[in-house]
Amino acid sequence: MADSSPRTDPVNVEQIMEQIRARIREKRGVDSAEREIQEQATAKLAAFLDPAAAHADLIDQLRKVQPAYEAPQLPAYEFEDSTLYESTRGLLTAIRRLLNPILKLFFNPNPLIRALNVQSKLNAITAEREAKREAMRLVSEQRQYELLHDLMVEMTRTAIETKNLRMRVESVASRLEFNERRTRGLESAMPYKAGDAAAPSAERPSRAPAAPAPPPQGPQPGPQPASTMPSGAPGQLAEGQRSRRRRRRRGRRGGGMGVPVATPAVNPPPSSDRDGSAEMVRREDLETFGGAASHPTEAEPAGEHEEPAAASAPPPPTDPEHQ
Amino acid sequence: MKIAVVVQRYGPSINGGAELHARYIAEHLARHAEVEVWTTCASDYVTWRNELAAGVDRVNGVAVRRFRVARERDPLAFGRRSVRVFEARHSIQDELDWLEEEGPASPELVGHVAAHAGDFDFCLFFSYRYYHAYHGARAAGGRAVLVPTAERDATVALTIFGPLLRGVRALMYNSPEERAMIHAVAGNHEVPGVVVGVGSEVPPNVQPGRFRHTHGVRGPFAVYVGRIDQNKGCNELFEYFQSYVADPTSRLSLVLIGNSLLPIPAHPRIRHLGFLDDTDKFDAIAAADLLIMPSYFESLSMVALEAWALGRPVLANGKCDVLKGQCIRSNAGLYYDNYAEFAEALRVIEHNRWLSTMLGRNGRQFYREHYDWPVIERKYLEMLKRLQGSPAVGAFEPIPGWLARRRENVPPAESVLERLPIGPAIDGSRPESQAARPAMRRGLA
Repeated sequence: MADSSPRTDPVNVEQIMEQIRARIREKRGVDSAEREIQEQATAKLAAFLDPAAAHADLIDQLRKVQPAYEAPQLPAYEFEDSTLYESTRGLLTAIRRLLNPILKLFFNPNPLIRALNVQSKLNAITAEREAKREAMRLVSEQRQYELLHDLMVEMTRTAIETKNLRMRVESVASRLEFNERRTRGLESAMPYKAGDAAAPSAERPSRAPAAPAPPPQGPQPGPQPASTMPSGAPGQLAEGQRSRRRRRRRGRRGGGMGVPVATPAVNPPPSSDRDGSAEMVRREDLETFGGAASHPTEAEPAGEHEEPAAASAPPPPTDPEHQ
Repeated sequence: MKIAVVVQRYGPSINGGAELHARYIAEHLARHAEVEVWTTCASDYVTWRNELAAGVDRVNGVAVRRFRVARERDPLAFGRRSVRVFEARHSIQDELDWLEEEGPASPELVGHVAAHAGDFDFCLFFSYRYYHAYHGARAAGGRAVLVPTAERDATVALTIFGPLLRGVRALMYNSPEERAMIHAVAGNHEVPGVVVGVGSEVPPNVQPGRFRHTHGVRGPFAVYVGRIDQNKGCNELFEYFQSYVADPTSRLSLVLIGNSLLPIPAHPRIRHLGFLDDTDKFDAIAAADLLIMPSYFESLSMVALEAWALGRPVLANGKCDVLKGQCIRSNAGLYYDNYAEFAEALRVIEHNRWLSTMLGRNGRQFYREHYDWPVIERKYLEMLKRLQGSPAVGAFEPIPGWLARRRENVPPAESVLERLPIGPAIDGSRPESQAARPAMRRGLA
């Protein structure tokens, strides 16, 4: 982080930390997302996968949402044989009991008492069943909430991971772009030595006379005449090499289009080698994409098709074509 | 001048923070005064088992007198009493029982302090939280000077320690944060005190290459030195570091030095080397790119000071006030409160070589200015001479009576701790790094 601390000023830790926080905010967006990431960073994945570990917190949250289950206050359904004669005043109860035989002279209260007793028991059973059902419903709802909560946590985590991955992809893309620019910059800034320049110029004259005007095997690109450029003077050599590099660059940009066309045009391989050259082109494409062999100072791979021509080429000053 | 150093454990192989601190101070003060150490026969701070012989011994030229511990600690009983005093409303008697249970209960040691403190000019008590300091300081009366080594934990909020912190002649603090916390909890602003800390015995011939060769460590690495324990924040460190090295741009490894009480994650970028001797430890710190201190509670991180002495930057847990304050005051370390800050700060130190060097340079300067041994010795001697020249004022408040001690009117220590001010003690008098000053002057010029 080169921008964390200005090079001419003394180090100030508080300022650096402020810059770090600003950078984090910039990277991670709003504070709410930051909080979520913090929560995710401090919590372990196991906590989400293990229901026992997640349970305690969930229950607390659910309690906040839902009131705790309380057993219902059921009415007093008891009805016994003495219920008809009960009273809060003891004396009255005693008098009723005393007069009970007289009452039974008028009608029989026993079936009535029995019926009411059965009814009261039925009422209690029904109420209890209803209370149990209600409790089960609450438990079921709690489990649903639990599931929902887990899902939400997982979803949040996934969203954050997606965001992080997107940022990483952007970072890698920008780094790739930077490397491309750096490669081009290095290529253009490379000083050419006379000895370095001699080798490519030595290749070209040997190819030009050896190249019998081949039948066109595909579209002829613009840079093709570069192989016939005079290259006696160092400046001319550099120009020739520049055009070669241009071809390479175009090849890179165009997915290697320049390479397969230019190479057979300059130095057409024997017909028996055509399959081999196609294979070489594919390999070169991969190397170009990977950044290999893109630097002008890097040597051509041994065994490539250009090597015999270059090796047999006479030195430039004695090349009659160039003179 | 005759000085008695009273500490819970003492010995060349005892490497606890406060104990090592006490040994260093005793050995360095012995160059200027007659020093005797009074301690227990225990070497294990969990059990306080009597493992060393009672009587007089000499350690690195300093006379050491050891006393037997009356009974070992019962961890279960201590745990129960801790829960009571830290989390529930309780009485002063509960706190005294907790202290008794914590130990090292050595009435012999306290008796010796009471009998012989008069023969010495001062008694330096280390670690306020233990039995020997609470009862010993009362026995020493006006000769008691306390080196509290207090961390921000609930113990400091126990009511019984208020009179101790107000009653001693002077306090030698480890950091401004510790002083601010003790002032807030005990209201002892009137008691003379100075922030001293402790130096370290950094060898002059540190060889980073030797460490790399011996242990086969290659590439850049961060080092953690200390007990590998959950209480030291190591769990969090492992979690954060594993997330950090998932970034392909990072080449950093983590080297752990110290005994482990935790399972170390099996990760190719995390290496545990176990306990190393001082030579290897200093070589390792010098070879490292930075030191990471994930601890939440520190009175004074000696290993951070050692890293600074060797010119290495520190990445500290920002939740520890002392570490954060030291990083800010020294301008020699970064700190983090969460993973994002951890990753970004680590990335800055790893990739910005200039910043890393500047932080290390500031650390070296900070160490020289504040924690080099001549500075520490001078501060101690100045304080003791100042106390010699002035009469003892105030006295220890008496322990409440039988009934008052049993009244359950003391709030839980944790709730008291929560009310204490937090954050690094940074004020207008904040020391500025010497390394920064010339650059600033150059900038102005």
